[in-house]
Parts: sequence; structure tokens; C-alpha cells
Amino acid sequence: MAIEIVQPSVELSKIALSETHGEDSPYFAGWKAYDENPYHELHNPSGVIQMGLAENQVSFDLLEEYLESNLESSNWGQKVSGFRENALFQDYHGLVSFRKAMASFMEEVRGGKAKFNPERIVLTAGATAANELLTFILANPGDALLVPTPYYPGFDRDLRWRTGVQIVPIHCESSNNFQITPEALEAAYDHARSMNIKVKGVLITNPSNPLGATIQRKVLEEILDFVTRKNIHLVSDEIYSGSAFYADEFVSIAEVLESRNYKDSERCHIVYSLSKDLGLPGFRVGTVYSYNDQVVTTARRMSSFTLISSQTQFLLASMLSDKEFTRKYIKINRERLKKRYEMIINGLKKAGIECLKGNAGLFCWMNLSPYLEEPTIESELAIWKTIMHEVRLNISPGSSCHCSEPGWFRVCFANMSEETLEVALSRIHEFITTRKQ
Amino acid sequence: MKPNFQNSANNPPETTAGSTGIFTDMRVIVPLQGVVQGGGSGVVLGSIIPCALFYFLQLYLKSKNRTGDDPSAPPPPQLPEISPPGGELQRAQSVRSIWSPRGANGQAQVSSRGSSVIKHPDSPYHLGLKRASENPYDESRNPDGIIQLGLDENKLSMDLVQDWLMVHTKCSTICQELQINGITAYHPFDGLSELKMAVSGFMSQVMEGRVFFDPSHMILTSGVTPAIEMLVFCLADVGNAFLVPSPYSPDLDRDIKWRTGVEIIPVPCRSSDNFSLSTTSLNRAYNKAKKRGLKVQGVIISNPSNPVGNLLSQETLYNLLDFATEKNLHIIATEILAGAGDDKNQEFVSMAEIIDSEEYDRKRVHIIYGLSKDVSLPGFRVGVIYSSNQNILQASKKLARFSSISSVSQRLLISMFNDSRFVGEFIRTNRERVERMSSLFVGGLKNLGIKSMKSSRGSYCWADMSGFIRPYSEKGELELWEKFLNVAKMNVTPGSCCHCIEPGWFRFCFTGLTENQIPLVMERIQKVL
Repeated sequence: MAIEIVQPSVELSKIALSETHGEDSPYFAGWKAYDENPYHELHNPSGVIQMGLAENQVSFDLLEEYLESNLESSNWGQKVSGFRENALFQDYHGLVSFRKAMASFMEEVRGGKAKFNPERIVLTAGATAANELLTFILANPGDALLVPTPYYPGFDRDLRWRTGVQIVPIHCESSNNFQITPEALEAAYDHARSMNIKVKGVLITNPSNPLGATIQRKVLEEILDFVTRKNIHLVSDEIYSGSAFYADEFVSIAEVLESRNYKDSERCHIVYSLSKDLGLPGFRVGTVYSYNDQVVTTARRMSSFTLISSQTQFLLASMLSDKEFTRKYIKINRERLKKRYEMIINGLKKAGIECLKGNAGLFCWMNLSPYLEEPTIESELAIWKTIMHEVRLNISPGSSCHCSEPGWFRVCFANMSEETLEVALSRIHEFITTRKQ
Repeated sequence: MKPNFQNSANNPPETTAGSTGIFTDMRVIVPLQGVVQGGGSGVVLGSIIPCALFYFLQLYLKSKNRTGDDPSAPPPPQLPEISPPGGELQRAQSVRSIWSPRGANGQAQVSSRGSSVIKHPDSPYHLGLKRASENPYDESRNPDGIIQLGLDENKLSMDLVQDWLMVHTKCSTICQELQINGITAYHPFDGLSELKMAVSGFMSQVMEGRVFFDPSHMILTSGVTPAIEMLVFCLADVGNAFLVPSPYSPDLDRDIKWRTGVEIIPVPCRSSDNFSLSTTSLNRAYNKAKKRGLKVQGVIISNPSNPVGNLLSQETLYNLLDFATEKNLHIIATEILAGAGDDKNQEFVSMAEIIDSEEYDRKRVHIIYGLSKDVSLPGFRVGVIYSSNQNILQASKKLARFSSISSVSQRLLISMFNDSRFVGEFIRTNRERVERMSSLFVGGLKNLGIKSMKSSRGSYCWADMSGFIRPYSEKGELELWEKFLNVAKMNVTPGSCCHCIEPGWFRFCFTGLTENQIPLVMERIQKVL
């Protein structure tokens, strides 16, 4: 019998031990502060108000109303048990009716300006999984995706952690409202090449998180030209497409491709999800839509790792295909978000704070650089900590989003009631007033 | 801990798992290095010239690549992928991405992980599934269609679950979910704690109270497939290996190897031993891996074993634990609890029962429960990772975000599992139906002169058709498989897809059938004998 040696426990992998999940960054630290002392109108009015979570709760009453009025109780069980449809259920292909419903909904969100083929829809358990899946398919370990800054902090984890793929930032600046320029694209590409890193694609978020702004058509065309020249892929994460305040201000890459008769479209892939537009993050419904047959086939097989339950599909299929409902929902959702946005912008303005001019999303991009001690990340974090602990608001510092200029913050406004938003604004007002003295 | 987000303009992004940053630099130098490692300076000199030529060829091709677009000329073929550091191992499918583009304009290539699916010709397992789903048998509408006996799913008790759902699902269940959304606005990706508790109760009930499953040691995932992959990601680096007793489920090739870059070393089991797992064969496989320079991180077993269907004895499990302790390995055990029950001949022993004893380090054992099979509703997709290893739990919790169970399913399951009367009835009825179907099917095969492994567990039957194949080889086996598909119009899984070293064995999944379909199935099988 071997001598008992006290050893550290059996080994774990590099991935298990790596910090790439990013959960130690300030983006997530703020959540912890909130969890420990969450604001509640009645029970904890001095608690931390959560403004770091991009969730959409402004329209869930519409969903509730639809569900209650459109489906009688007897129908529920049938819907969910998939009584009639189970015989045709085919694993990772997903329910045909649900894929058709998703395609239809995606078309509605784009006001019918683009068509989607249900056969190209691959279902995943959320956009997080969709982005990771595409990265696995498009890039090898060590390769890179170019991503414009500032970007969603979760990308560091979703695109890099298990895939071994790198992110090389495309630097955007406030001087032109953080728009992506051809120069910035080239610079990022060259930077990657100078480090001997192979670039496999560009990943954009449109409308942008954290900017809260849509990408202009002209810029989309430039990006498409760029990826074609370099013979790389383009992933367009359009999960906030239904959250653009004005329907005609959002242009999807699908529209650009359609106008080019789908030439070179095989390098393009769209990610969508119901989490933001429909406010159903818990349902875990995401999709990869690819114009590339090989990617569709591979993604479908790979989606075995991240399937949507058939109950969820059964449940949502009829709702998403109901054009009358979806049209109404999308329209009202846009209006409500716009109203919230104006409320927060005006409130901040009164406090003397400027924001980036935005037109989409569940957040605004706030500029506190005039209030920094020094134009450095340290000062940004210092003010962030103050806001978290003294003002008791959890907002996301631009540095977590890899913004190249310190002092910007993402502030979410759609995950709370109007009253709570008022409270938050008054706290900010007070904070700035005090600071000015 | 200092936050990790320096200004990215100055610091290149960090790479993760493996020294992947280095090999891209070595892309041009590898041929030389490979030769040098081969040993002997004479060899080096003799090989430098062709290598230098290769080197210059690569440079030439690279510069051609860079000189802008010339739409009429196809881009140069992609150079072969360098194998990841750590070994000369390569699965046949992953290395090459030499690519001939369609049309004059080159296509942006996909990764080797992406192209492996397309380049590797579909295995019979996948082909069969595809054909059966394209032309499915239906008693009234498509009586000439292909009967699906290749999909390991249990539909025998689907009606019970559907009936329950019809009665118990209320709009309030779903709307409650939306409400909760509104209040907490944060979903733990590894499952609601209420569900973990309900799962704990359900599993205990199935195990007839013999084990208590601690909810805080659970990670819930959308199925067994992501659960297996997650554990592999946590326990092994690219190029490491796991020992897997063969024959094993064809899905494991995908779950364990595809995106992780981890290898499988099969541990062959033989019919002469009733396909049982021995320490001798484990040792043999371990040493084989060592000789190939592969680091073995653990053993992956299934209980009941798939595709054979037998239960692992207590002794086998103890021996496995001894082996793992000696070599300092992890054990991943996939268990289907529906395998549990009052079988007079052999009792199902869960790993969870065994590791309760003090002797073994609990931190090396990780159990995966595939509840979808237990609940007999395809599409529910519930997997449970059960481990006492805090590091594994923490890492898996973070990975769970990529494979979460939808809140709808979670709410439904919570209500269902908490209805212990229904659960008890369901477990009993389901067990009876599986046993009955099993004996009918096995009996039917016996009448045709086909012997199968004795097992009353699992939703499949492992049958010895070696007497019916000619020649006695994989080729003969695949010919019979094709006859099954094209003549008998049924999809079955040939043993070679399960990496069985003895030709002629086939897996028949019978829990997708109804009783009255069995005579038809037997009739069709007769056609190929």
C-alpha cells in the first residue's frame, strides 16, 4: 500500500484555473455590492440601485397580457407538453415552427426590410452561447477577432475563455462619437499581424453595447468592404435590434447584404436573442443566423452543447409568429425605451452631465471625464467606487469595456421602475452638486 | 486583486489555455525544429536545404497573400495547421485545413474545429440518424419509412408526463416566471436553488432513499452533453487524455473531444468477460497512453454502461476508485438513475453511495445525472453535475452560462418533482414498461437466433450479430448495417461506431417503439439475416 502523501487535490485544467471568466473585474464586483445591499422602494430605500444590468423590464406587462388572454388554460398544457408536435421533434434541428417563428420575428424587428430563411437559423441557449459557438467555428486557438471598443465586458469571457481565441480591439474615440472608421479597422488588423496573430473576423454589436447607438449604414458598408478585402468573417451581434428607439434608424447587416444581392454574404453571420428585446433572459433563447452553409451545418451540430428545451420552443412559437402581437409589442417597446432614455438624459443634463447621443438599447453612455481628478483609469475607478459606495449606484466603468478614454460609464435604465430611476437621478444630482463645491 | 483590464492599446490581449501565443511565431520554423528534435546534426544538415526551401516557399506565399485582392485568382491554399503543443497526437479529423475555395473569390475559411465536421465523412452513426429523420416510419402515413432504433431516448412514458403537464401547467406558472424576472433580475446560470432542491428530492426518491444528494453540490445544465464537455474542460488541457471503457456511446467522441482538443484512450472490454471493466485493462490502456506521451487526467464511465447496458458492480467501482487513487486521476461517472430499482439479480450502485466511505478522496469523483432520460420527455434537457470538489463546482458554475436550462423548464420541473406521488407512480410505471419492452425485444431477437447481452436496464439492447456478418470484420459489420438501413429500413448502431473491438455487435434502442411495433421490427430484421 503506497505511503499516504498529502498532496494538493487532483489537478484542474488551465481553463478551470484561468481568470478569463473575468468575474473578478469591476463590472462584476459592482453586482456583488448590489447583491449585498439591494435597493427596495419600501424595505431598503437607501440600498444600492442596480444600473449595471442591461435587462429590459419596461414591457413585460405586454407579454403577460398576451399570454393570459391568448391562451386558455387547457391549451397551456397542450402547448407545453408539445402533445401533437413531439413526434416531429428533431433534436438539434429544433422545432420547425419555432425556427419559422424566430425568422418571422427577426423580420418584424427589421420592419420587413430583410428576409430570413428558417433553414439558416441555428438555436442556442442564449446569445452568450451563440457568440462562443461562432468563435469556436470561425477561429482556431490563438487566432483573433477584431472587436470595436468600447465593448460588452462579457465578450472577454464568451469569445476567449474556452475557445482560446484572442480579442484585438478596434479603437474608437469620442471625437467622432466612437464610430468605427476604416483607419481604425486597418490599424487593428495591422497590429494583430505585427504580433503574428491571424485575424479571422470582425465582431460588431449593432446597436452597440455599451454605447447605446446604432451603427450607420455607411459604416456597415465600410466594414463589409474591409472584411471582404481581408477575406475574413463578420459577426453582427444584433441582440438590441428591437430596442432601437426609431425603427428606421436601425440598419441590419442583413439589409446591406440584401442590397448587394448577397454577394460575399457567406462570410456574414448574425447573432440574435430574445433576452433583451423581449425581456426574457431566463428563457435562454438565442440564435446564430449564418449565410454560410458550412457554418450552419457545423453550428447545428455544435448546438448540441447548448440546446433550447422543446417546452420553451413550443411555448414561444405561436407568440413569435403572431404578427399582430409582435408588431404592437415592438412598437410600444421602442416608445417606452425612448421615453426612459429621454428621462435619464434630461435628468443627467440637469445635473450637468453629458451623455453620448444614443438612439437604442437599454443604457446610456455617460461622460464623467470632466469630473475625474486626472484623465486616468485610476481616477475613473476612484470615482466609480465613490458612486458605488456613497451614491449607492452600480454603474459600469468604461475601462471594463476597454474604452480607450477614461471617464465614460454605462448606465442602464430599463431594469427598474420609473420611480426608482427618479431616485437614482436625484442621487446623482446631489452627488455632482456636492462635488462641484 | 488588481483588476485585469489594462489599456489594451499597450498590452496585447492575453491568451488562455495553452501556450497558443507561441506557436503562431513558430509557424515558419517548425519544420526545422522537428528535424532537430529528431536528433543528430547530420540529419539536420541533410534536411536544412529542403526545409529552407519550404521556409522560403511559405514566405513567398504569405507575401502573395498580402498583395491585395485579385478576384480572378483563387487564394493560395491554407497551410497545414500546427498541432497544439504537447504531443504528436492528432485526431485524423482536426489537423488539416487545406482548402479549395468555391468559385473565383476565396471564402473566408473556418477553423479546424469547424471544418472537421464537414471534412470527416459522416460516420454510420450520423448517417443513420440523418436518414431516419428524413424518412421516419409512421404507422399510417409512412409505413415504408425508416424505423429509428439508433436514438437513445425513452418515449415509453411520455404520455404520463404529458398528461401531468396538461393538468398542472397554468398560465400562472409561466407568468410567475415573468414576475420573478421583474423582481430579482438575476438568474443563477447553474439552476434555481428551488430546482436543485427538487432534483435532490427526486433523485433520492428514485434511489429509494439510499443516498442524500446535496443541492449545494449540484450544477444544472441543459443536458448530459454539455455537462460532460464542461467537466472535460475543467479537468484537462488540450492534448491531455481520458480513459474510456469501450464500447462506448458514439456521442462521447463529440462530447469529450471535439471542442476541447482532449483525446480518448479506449479501454477495450470483451464479450468473454461480459464486457466488464478490469483493472488490468485499465492499466494497459494507461501505459499505452504514457508511451504515446499523453497525460491521462481521468477515467470516464457510464452506469448502466452504454451501449452494453450492464450495471457496474460494487466491486468494479471499488477497483476503479483504487486505480484512480493510485494514478491520481479523476473519475467522471455518467449515471442514469432510471437504472436503479428492485432488480433481484443485481442492484444499481451509484458512485454517490460509494464515495460516502472515508477511504476515497471525494474530490476526484464527479457524477453526471441525465435526468432527461429519467423523466422520459425528450426535449426537456436536464443534466446534473454532482461533485464535492469546490474548485470544479466554481469553475462549472461559471461555464454553466453557456448551457443553461430555460426558466420555463425549470419551473415545470420544480412542480413536477415536488409532486412526489406522481414521481413515485411514474418511476414504477416507467420501470415496468422499460422492462416489459426489453423482454419483448430481447425475446424477439432470440427467436431469430440473435443473442444479446443480459440486461434489464437501459433503453437499448446490445446484440451479437457476428454470426450474420461476412467477413467477420468491421467491413462485414458495416455491410450488415447498410442492409439494415436500406433493406430492413431501420437505423441501428453498429459496434464499430461505439469503438467495439469485436465486430458484429449492434445496439438497438427500443424505447422509442410501441409494443405492437415489435412484430413488425422482428419481421424486418429477418430480411437481413
